[in-house]
Amino acid sequence: MSMTASNQPDNPPFIELQGVTKVYGAGQAAMHALRGIDLRIDEAEFVAVMGPSGSGKSTCMNILGCLDTATAGAYRFKGIDVGELTRNQRTRLRRFYLGFVFQGYNLLSRTSALENVELPLIYRGVSSGERRRQALEALERVGLKEWKSHTPGELSGGQQQRVAIARAIVTEPAVLFADEPTGNLDTARSHEIMDLLTGLNRDQGITIVMVTHEPDMAAYAKRTIHFLDGRVHSDAPNGRTP
Amino acid sequence: MLWNTILLALREIKRNAMRSFLTILGIVIGVGAVITMVTIGGGATAQVQDQIASMGSNLLMVTPGKRLGPGQSSDTVLFKVSDGEAMLRDVSSIAAVAPVSSKSMQAVFGNENWSATVTGSENQYFRVTNRAIRKGRQFNDSELRAGAAVCIVGETVCKKLFGGQEPLGEKIRLEKLSCQVIGILEAKGQSTMGTDQDDIVVIPLRTFQRRISGNQDVSMFQVSVRQGASTEKAQRDIRLLMRERRHLSPSDDDNFNVMDMKEIAEMLTGTTELLTALLSAVAAVSLLVGGIGIMNIMLVSVTERTREIGIRLAIGALEREVLMQFLVEAVVLSSFGGLIGIVLALAASVWLAGVLRVPFVFNAGIVIVAFLFSAAVGVVFGYFPALKAARLDPIDALRHE
Repeated sequence: MSMTASNQPDNPPFIELQGVTKVYGAGQAAMHALRGIDLRIDEAEFVAVMGPSGSGKSTCMNILGCLDTATAGAYRFKGIDVGELTRNQRTRLRRFYLGFVFQGYNLLSRTSALENVELPLIYRGVSSGERRRQALEALERVGLKEWKSHTPGELSGGQQQRVAIARAIVTEPAVLFADEPTGNLDTARSHEIMDLLTGLNRDQGITIVMVTHEPDMAAYAKRTIHFLDGRVHSDAPNGRTP
Repeated sequence: MLWNTILLALREIKRNAMRSFLTILGIVIGVGAVITMVTIGGGATAQVQDQIASMGSNLLMVTPGKRLGPGQSSDTVLFKVSDGEAMLRDVSSIAAVAPVSSKSMQAVFGNENWSATVTGSENQYFRVTNRAIRKGRQFNDSELRAGAAVCIVGETVCKKLFGGQEPLGEKIRLEKLSCQVIGILEAKGQSTMGTDQDDIVVIPLRTFQRRISGNQDVSMFQVSVRQGASTEKAQRDIRLLMRERRHLSPSDDDNFNVMDMKEIAEMLTGTTELLTALLSAVAAVSLLVGGIGIMNIMLVSVTERTREIGIRLAIGALEREVLMQFLVEAVVLSSFGGLIGIVLALAASVWLAGVLRVPFVFNAGIVIVAFLFSAAVGVVFGYFPALKAARLDPIDALRHE
């Protein structure tokens, strides 16, 4: 499997969804979570995805994050048709190209911040010395170098989310998927996290796709996509950041 | 990667130290029991072989009855004294023959009362069985011929009946027979069958026949083969002689046995080995139960750590890496149990060997086998939970509370 399809002559779009539908269940009980999504996201974009519960934004994120596959339609990541890939191939795609930040942080409990950040590097087969160096660097970027031996239980919510961001960026992913990263945080902490994400997007050119409920947070992005009833309701660039 | 996985597993086990310990308890007991059984069984076998070797390889036993198996005999025709005389006369390789008849009886002296094996024989008995008289004397010819009421007692009987008193010249009572102690045997300790060889009262065979059994029969002969002569040949010659004396036609089976010590040793070690195998099999079942315990706790662990598995899968762990993680954890856990079991078993074996007075024979084979088996238990019983973990859907796993 070639992971460097972006070098193809026709230079395909970075992320492209074409007529993507997702149906859960079958027959009478079938639930249409996505009813035909066409979407294109370019490299180094910062996209906010909004919409009420059940609008399909989370389903769409899972498909974009290669955690789930579409029922119909095509998802091409750097020209690769993800729908054609096996489960293990999708896993490798996540391993080498994608980073995830979740609403509930999802750190390994009773495991130090440093070990948490090292985790994706273990699966990349990075040697232990190099792993430690890169993880410390990532922790430094989120401002938590001094907290490296603390376990999630000993960290505040904002700090835990910053560890999670460090874990997501330690592999220098092409895309960072953030699913309501500020959902569990107070306003001050939320703005800190958003500043961090904005910085990563601006300074390192990491593409960010972020689901959020809060217009304040969406305003940090360069573009906002609204979902409604499994369709894209609106898709527009944001005005100047606040 | 594997080393990392092992470290990860060790960390996980340490995190749940108490639970891990309880989980492997089944394996500890299983491995411990198997090794202890086999080690003690091996010690007992070695002891039997030692004792038989010390009795000398030139001893034969001629017993009546068909050889049907342990404890089985039919059409038993007992021997007469003349059978023994014929053996000594006609089989040139025989050095000595001792006719032996015995019965377990109460021996009484004063207020003391003790159950002992009363053996009727002749002076040849001491030579054939390699026993010396510590104090006093053997039977004399007139005592043997007349069936006199005299006896030679073993160390145990001497202690139990006389305590610190001087037994020589005293009279002990064997049921209705009152006989005078004329000698004391040198102590010999336990026999291969585990019986006390010093719990014995030897009286002249004729006395035994007249006053105790009431017939002219002899239960068995103990025969010692001349030094340097072939026991196989002696065995063959005795067999032919006895067949002739008993008028057996060529189609008849022997209705007596001529066994040498090697055969007796094989019979006895066979029994010990069978017993060891049976006990080990029972112990092995507990290993299986231990394995089920491991599977149980690994399933609990997979459920508890569903989110962790979800995180690992989401950030790029392959199915087989998650499978390996849980499998290694189960194997490390069960091997650890195996190691503890081995240490406990060796300690228990040394202690038990001391208590049971059998030699401690270290059996490296069974230790290795038990360890490998415990690791295998981890693989077998850890596989299903590990597979369950690996097959989780990352989205569902991440949503798991």
